[in-house]
Amino acid sequence: MLADKDRIFTNLYGRHDWRLKGARARGDWDGTKELMLMGADWIIDEMKRSGLRGRGGAGFPTGLKWSFMPKQESDRPHYLVVNADEGEPGTCKDRDMLRYDPHKLIEGCLLASFAMKAHACYIYIRGEFYNEASNLQVAIDEAYEAGLIGDNACGSGWKFDLYLHRGAGAYICGEETALIESLEGKKGQPRLKPPFPAGVGLYGCPTTVNNVESIAVAPTILRRGASWFAGIGRPNNTGTKVFCISGNVNKPCNVEDSMGIPLKELIEKHAGGVRGGWDNLQGIIPGGASVPILPKSICDTVLMDFDSLRDVKSGLGTAAVMVMDKSQDVVACISRLSDFYKHESCGQCTPCREGCGWLARVMRRMVKGDATLEEIDTLEQVTYQIEGHTICALGDAAAWPVQGLIRHFRPELERRIRDYRDAKVRNRAA
Amino acid sequence: MPKLTVDGIAVEVPPNATILQAAEQAGVEIPRFCYHERLSIAGNCRMCLVDVEKSPKPVASCAMPAAEGMVVHTRSDRANKARAGVMEFLLINHPLDCPICDQGGECDLQDQAMAYGADRGRFHENKRAVKDKDLGPLVATTMTRCIHCTRCVRFATEVAGVPELGAVARGENMEITNYLGQMLSSELSGNVVDLCPVGALTNKPYAFGGRPWELRKTESIDVMDAVGTNIRVDAREQRVMRVLPRIHEDVNEEWLADKSRQACDGLSNQRLDRPYVRKNGKLTEATWQEAFAAVTAKVRGLPGAKVAAIAGDLCDAESMFALKELMTALGSTNIDCRQDGAALDARNRASYIFNTSIAGIEQADAILIIGSNPRTEAPILNARIRKRYLKGGLQVGVIGPQVDLTYKAKNLGNDAGIVSQIASGSHEFANVLKNAKKPMLIVGQGALARADGAQILAAAKQIADSCGLIKDGWNGFNVLHTAAARVGGLDLGFVPGNGGKDVRGILDGASKGEIEVVYLLGADEIDSAKLGKAFVIYQGHHGDRGAHRADVILPGAAYTEKDGLYVNTEGRVQAALRAVFPPGDAREDWTIIRALSESLGKALPFDNLAQLRARLRDAAPTFATVDKVQPAAWGAFGTAGQVNATPFEYPVKNYYMTDPISRASRTMARCTEAFVMGGAQKTGTDG
Repeated sequence: MLADKDRIFTNLYGRHDWRLKGARARGDWDGTKELMLMGADWIIDEMKRSGLRGRGGAGFPTGLKWSFMPKQESDRPHYLVVNADEGEPGTCKDRDMLRYDPHKLIEGCLLASFAMKAHACYIYIRGEFYNEASNLQVAIDEAYEAGLIGDNACGSGWKFDLYLHRGAGAYICGEETALIESLEGKKGQPRLKPPFPAGVGLYGCPTTVNNVESIAVAPTILRRGASWFAGIGRPNNTGTKVFCISGNVNKPCNVEDSMGIPLKELIEKHAGGVRGGWDNLQGIIPGGASVPILPKSICDTVLMDFDSLRDVKSGLGTAAVMVMDKSQDVVACISRLSDFYKHESCGQCTPCREGCGWLARVMRRMVKGDATLEEIDTLEQVTYQIEGHTICALGDAAAWPVQGLIRHFRPELERRIRDYRDAKVRNRAA
Repeated sequence: MPKLTVDGIAVEVPPNATILQAAEQAGVEIPRFCYHERLSIAGNCRMCLVDVEKSPKPVASCAMPAAEGMVVHTRSDRANKARAGVMEFLLINHPLDCPICDQGGECDLQDQAMAYGADRGRFHENKRAVKDKDLGPLVATTMTRCIHCTRCVRFATEVAGVPELGAVARGENMEITNYLGQMLSSELSGNVVDLCPVGALTNKPYAFGGRPWELRKTESIDVMDAVGTNIRVDAREQRVMRVLPRIHEDVNEEWLADKSRQACDGLSNQRLDRPYVRKNGKLTEATWQEAFAAVTAKVRGLPGAKVAAIAGDLCDAESMFALKELMTALGSTNIDCRQDGAALDARNRASYIFNTSIAGIEQADAILIIGSNPRTEAPILNARIRKRYLKGGLQVGVIGPQVDLTYKAKNLGNDAGIVSQIASGSHEFANVLKNAKKPMLIVGQGALARADGAQILAAAKQIADSCGLIKDGWNGFNVLHTAAARVGGLDLGFVPGNGGKDVRGILDGASKGEIEVVYLLGADEIDSAKLGKAFVIYQGHHGDRGAHRADVILPGAAYTEKDGLYVNTEGRVQAALRAVFPPGDAREDWTIIRALSESLGKALPFDNLAQLRARLRDAAPTFATVDKVQPAAWGAFGTAGQVNATPFEYPVKNYYMTDPISRASRTMARCTEAFVMGGAQKTGTDG
């Protein structure tokens, strides 16, 4: 379990002052100028050595991503874009950082932008986060007033402007290229890659898009050193992570702990355990709506990090742990997720546009059992027809929950189909 | 130059080429719906997925750049599965209404479903239904069939320059729509029908008219404007069913303007299908012998100076040449092919053609447009200017009334005096032209058909000389014509000979009685009231303005009904072919003139088209090279003098009705109602 001294988000629960004075008392904005004076290459190198992997879901190494930006500024400006469009069902970590620790994010924006030679940074915040946007704007204004950002950020001579942009409520705008499109004022639809945003991004200029958490942890990593961060967790899955635990637990919460903590320990220690005890557990979605569900047998032992969860054919995603006890209708739960993806598909490319609707409709019948046994195979094939064939990862995200369900709960699906069929025969006989 | 292998075939492709282009080079077919060579890459249909070694997922070949050492498989198990999956998805919500769909037989989805699809469906839910949109009188919509490839959206936005189509809503509720329910206000709108890979957008006037395999296809040339668009005429029996574009990179790429595409129903209305002779003030049906006798009775013995001929805008070169020969034989030099009285100088070819060439527009970096609205006079050419504009770094100045050309153009004012100012260097746009690397100017008929047209032509030449429009390998002086016959007429010298009268002189002479016989070869755009008491022979295909005034009508053939040569505004000679026969007793035009010459006792020395063309080539050598533009030598032309500081008027008032064919077309009448009259409120007694 993570020691209190190693926690990065020391105001995750909003018990202290979130404004500049409080943030400074917690160590934010301490020696920022000195960090900048170490140079952009040093910052990127530290980030690489820390082993930080992107906290938005895909887990791409953050330092490596920053190093993809052109080393020299050309006539095209560089941009940093922070993805605060937290829309993944079950995920609520960025929200608490935005409202209770906004200065961590702002300081991170400055350091990351400086490292990538960006003079402007945009924070794209989810439209529904009204209070969070308002807190963040207050914090930005404070930082400008204190000279921490602006024409001479922290007295370093670096010009840095930070803009807050509110989204309009589409899940797909959390995808990095759709977010860029939306920021440009267009319909939020993912772009084709290549070209990648580091080459052609916002307004056609080199751009890096990072999750709120990835940016917000950067100042602490740089202050305490890459080796400190790399010393927490497991190799290739280093550092601390904010987990969002929801569902059938006694105390749903956000909690920061080290990567690689056993799932069972995470739930029992921080969330007061599963409702009705660990043996009442049916399954857990470990990383937000888009990763496959895990049955209890795997949950008993699995560790919460990118590689361990990938090995059991699921994923860490945004680390939003959704717990379902035996009272839940697991098929209905996954069907609800399929409805969500049908509703949120942008409609641009064929497999996702057509496939998500197909999945959702079959899943609705599966809840009742109004299907044939062969349709389970068809359903699974359809998910593989979507997965990997789309422009962005939403197609994969729509396919995985259904794949997880079929992989681990196939007997349940078959039982429902048989019961439904038997009931029909009985009704006809009666 | 990356080298890669596609299905085991090694190819070397230009940098920035995509995998799909590399595959085409290797001769490997990759199915696609959204990809189109002339539109931006969308990558959304996912039909072109291929298997690339070392890539974790199949990649969209239309969007992925080909890289050195790539190994691409288009027929591997993974690629086949990906394609079959996409095809299944496309079909689940596509209505299987092929038997009642106009696209049937030429549908990309139908063809590719046969090649790459499964033989049965697994989708048992209800299909999506989408409300149809009103895109105007030319494009019919059945939006339930739409597969969301967005080709139409990209065409409207990029090529046509009217961002009026788009996609609204998300996921499976996404709809291609015209924002606010507006009609597609482009002269190129018909092209979305060709681009649509399914039957969502179809040709409205042609709806349920025929199946592609029933049609006889003839490759020909369009005459509705002076661009010389390459077309394919689809006919069934003796009726032209529809007109489609053919690819010609230097002329129309693969686009076709709406009038050229849709006016073809006018070919079946108002036709002159037998000769007429005016008796007691009334036109009465006659035989060819009677008609020729009436002409002969009037013309024989008349001095040549009392006879005149005017050629119209749709004439083929052969008939104009035959008529010129006949007039020469009759001793008349009163001939003119410039119905609108434009001050074009037939002695210097560079003074009346589009020297830069249409493809050459893509190299220009500054354009001055004088008295011309290319959007209505030559929509295809205007699309080429827009294509150049989209590449960036193009400055356009317009002298004439303010119009939306679909690209950014600076209106320098509507005052012919500005032309003189630029010529003398006192106007700021002179510097724009001087500083440009490849400047060009376009003079339209709105400037040349004025009384001071010759002076404007001279001023334009002065601009060309003083602002560096003429350089090695670059001639930036261009005349944009509106008539398909005009350059051909000038090339073969259908202009007044020694002491001869031009159109104004002929009309003056006729009203004064000095000219007693006027031969109108398809000439309908003149003021027939000025013909006075002259004996008028009208040879043409439609009962239009000229025929109403005629004393003898000789029924000729429309452009789809004869083999003929046309010269476009660039000076490009192109050959049109006969798709159907002329109706009734109507005949090909040159044969009528040949027969009449015999009746007049002045038999012309050719008995077939080959002999006629050989004679034409001797007289006008430019006709010897078909489809090639002969560069014209720069020389003196125009008449120096005062330009009147009065506003210009564009020659095309209503794009949809400019000639006898389009005036006879019901479709063009509907377009006029919808687009030109602005959908004026109908009264209760309408229709």
